[in-house]
Amino acid sequence: MSEALAPWLVVAGLGAFHGLNPAMGWLFAVALGLHRGSGRVVAWAMAPIALGHALSVAAAVVAFLALGAVLELSALRKIAGALLLGWAAWVIRRGHPRRVRVGMTTGAAGLVLWSFTMASAHGAGLMLLPALVPICFSGEAVPHLATTTARALLVVLLHSGAMLAVTAAVAFLVYRVVGLAVLRSAWINLDLLWALALAATGLWLLLG
Amino acid sequence: MATALRPDPTFYPNPRLAAKAPPETFAYVVAFDPNRAVPDRLAVVDVDPASPGYGRILHETEASTTGDEFHHFGWNACSSHLCPNAPHPHVERRYLLVPGLRSSRIHVFDTKPDPKAPRLVHVIQPEELAERAGYSRPHTVHCGPEGIYVSALGDGAGKGPGGVFLVDPESFAVLGRWELDRGPQYFAYDFWWHLGHDTMVTSEWGTPDMVENGLVPDLILGAEYGRRLHFFDLHKRRHVQEIDFGEKYQLVFELRPAHDPTKAYGFVNCVLSLEDLSSSIWLWHRANGRWAVEKVITIPAEPADPARLPPVLQPFAAVPPLVTDIDLSVDDRFLYVSCWGTGQFLQYDVSDPRSPKLTGELRIGGIVTRAAHPSDPTRPLNGGPQMVEVSRDGRRIYFTNSLYGAVDPQFYPEGIEGWMVKVEADPEGGMRFDPRFFLRWPGPHRPHQIRLEGGDASSDSYCYPS
Repeated sequence: MSEALAPWLVVAGLGAFHGLNPAMGWLFAVALGLHRGSGRVVAWAMAPIALGHALSVAAAVVAFLALGAVLELSALRKIAGALLLGWAAWVIRRGHPRRVRVGMTTGAAGLVLWSFTMASAHGAGLMLLPALVPICFSGEAVPHLATTTARALLVVLLHSGAMLAVTAAVAFLVYRVVGLAVLRSAWINLDLLWALALAATGLWLLLG
Repeated sequence: MATALRPDPTFYPNPRLAAKAPPETFAYVVAFDPNRAVPDRLAVVDVDPASPGYGRILHETEASTTGDEFHHFGWNACSSHLCPNAPHPHVERRYLLVPGLRSSRIHVFDTKPDPKAPRLVHVIQPEELAERAGYSRPHTVHCGPEGIYVSALGDGAGKGPGGVFLVDPESFAVLGRWELDRGPQYFAYDFWWHLGHDTMVTSEWGTPDMVENGLVPDLILGAEYGRRLHFFDLHKRRHVQEIDFGEKYQLVFELRPAHDPTKAYGFVNCVLSLEDLSSSIWLWHRANGRWAVEKVITIPAEPADPARLPPVLQPFAAVPPLVTDIDLSVDDRFLYVSCWGTGQFLQYDVSDPRSPKLTGELRIGGIVTRAAHPSDPTRPLNGGPQMVEVSRDGRRIYFTNSLYGAVDPQFYPEGIEGWMVKVEADPEGGMRFDPRFFLRWPGPHRPHQIRLEGGDASSDSYCYPS
C-alpha cells in the first residue's frame, strides 16, 4: 500500500512546492488584489493561475505518455532524464529578464498564458515524470489506455490541486496578514533549489 | 543565474517602503569635460553630514577615452525586479551604465567590491549599438521588467528616428531595438513607464544634427524641435497614442510618472513657450480610456536689461526660466522644478496633481541674477539649477548646474563653473539650502546627473501600490 501511495504523495508534494514559489503565481495574485483594491481579485486570479499551471504539467505528461507508447521504458527514462538534467543546467544558466508579455492590466486569458509560460520555463511538469513511471507504467504488462489516461489525468489534477491550495493559502496570508514587506526578507532564491530538484529527478530517471 | 539568497536589500516592493530606506551617505555624479580634451568622470561625493569629508568628492573614475559627454545614467537593476509578472529579485543593484551622449559609447562601472571606488568593467561600443539596435546617442537609462532600457536620440547613422533599446543586465550585450511598432514617433529624449498600466511614455528633443551644435534658433522659432508625448503598450511594444502640445511649445523633456503604480498620471516639463518664453509643467493622465494632458504650472520669463543677456536672448529683453529638469518625490507629494535660466528652484505640493501649490522657492546662479550660495553670500555664481535628485525619504534634494556642452555657452557664454548643492526639505513643504554643502566642481569638468546610494526618486519604479 505505502509503495503504491508514495508516487501520489510525490505528485502532491511537488504541487505544494510549486505553489510556494512566488514566480508560480501567488505573488501575481496578491499584486492584482492590491492594484484593484479587492481580496476578491486575489481569489479570482487563482483559477487562471491554476489552469495555466495544469495545462503546462498536462503537456509534459501527455508528451511523456505518448513517447512511452512507442518506446521501451528504459529508453524513455534515459530521454526524460537527459531532458531534466539539461533543463536544470538551463535554469542555472539563465536568469536575466526575458520577453515579458503579460502585465498588471491582464485579464484571465493573460494570466493563464503567464502561468503556463512560467510553469513551462521552470520545467514544472518535467519534475513529475519519475512519479509517472510507477503510476502509469507498472502493474499490468500492457496497461490499458483508458486506465493510463485516467491515472495521468488524476496526476495532473492532484498536482494542480495541491499547487492551487498552497498558492491560495500563501496569497491570502500575504494579502491579509503579513504584508508586502515580507518580500524583502522571505523571498529566498528558489532557483538553485529548483534546479537541484530538476537535476535529482533527472538522475533518478537515468540511474534508478 | 543570480546567486544572492535574498532580494537585493535596496529593492522595495512599493514607494511607501522605499521612503523608509536609510539615508544615502554618498552620491554618484557624472561630470564631463566640455572641451573634450580629458576623459569624463564618474565621481563619488560624500553626502554623509557626520563625515569629515561631507560635501567633497571622495573618488573619481575616468572614462576609457575623451569626448563622451557623460549625461544621464542608471542602474542595471532596481525595485522593478520584484514585479510579480517578471520576478528577478536576486539580481544585484551593482552596475552603473553611463551613456556618452556625444560618443555613443556606454561605460559600465562596477560598484562592488568598494561602492565608493567604482571600477570601469565594460564599454559598449557605438558599432555594437548601431549594428544590434540601429541607434546612436544614448540618453536615459532605466532598469525594468525586460532588462536595461536606454533611450537614444539618433538612428545608427546619426539621423532619425531615435527610440529605445534593451541591454542585458548581466552581460551588457545590446539586445536590440525595443519598439515593435513606433507609429508616428520620430524624436526621442526621455522615457519612463506606468508599470501598473502597462504603459511606456516617451518625450522628444531632436535628432543629433539638431542638437549637437547647440539649439538652432530657426528650428525653435519654426517649432521644429520635439513637442509631443508618445504612449506605448509596455509589453506589446506598440505605439498607442501621440499627444502634440502644439506649435507654441518646444522641447518636451523629463518624464516623472507617479511612483504609485495604480496612479495613471505624471508630470513633464516643456522648456519653452514661443509666445512668451515661459516654461510649463504639464500633467498627463488617463481620461475615458485615453491619455490626455493639461498644463498645470506656468513659470513666466523675467524682464531683463538686454546688455546683461547673451546674444541669443537680447532681442527678447527677458530671461526665460528654461525649466530643464523636474523630479517627483517618491511619495508623489512634492514636485521639484529647476529653472536653469532664471536660477529659481521651486517646490510644489502636487498632492492634488491638477492644482499644484507653490510651497518653496530658492535662487542660485541664473543668467542675470547670479545668485550666491549661503556658504559664500558675496560670490556670484553662474549656471543654474539643473539635474535634480530627491532622496527616497524626500528630505534631501541635490542638484548641479550644467545642461549640455553645446547649449551651455549659448546661455552662459562666459563658461559655466560647475557646482553641486544640497537642499533640505520640510516634510510639510518649504526648503532651505544646507549652508555646509556647496561643492565647487573641479574644472575643466562640469557635473551633470546625480544618483544616490541605494536608489533615489528617479531610479526605481514599483509594481505594488503603497
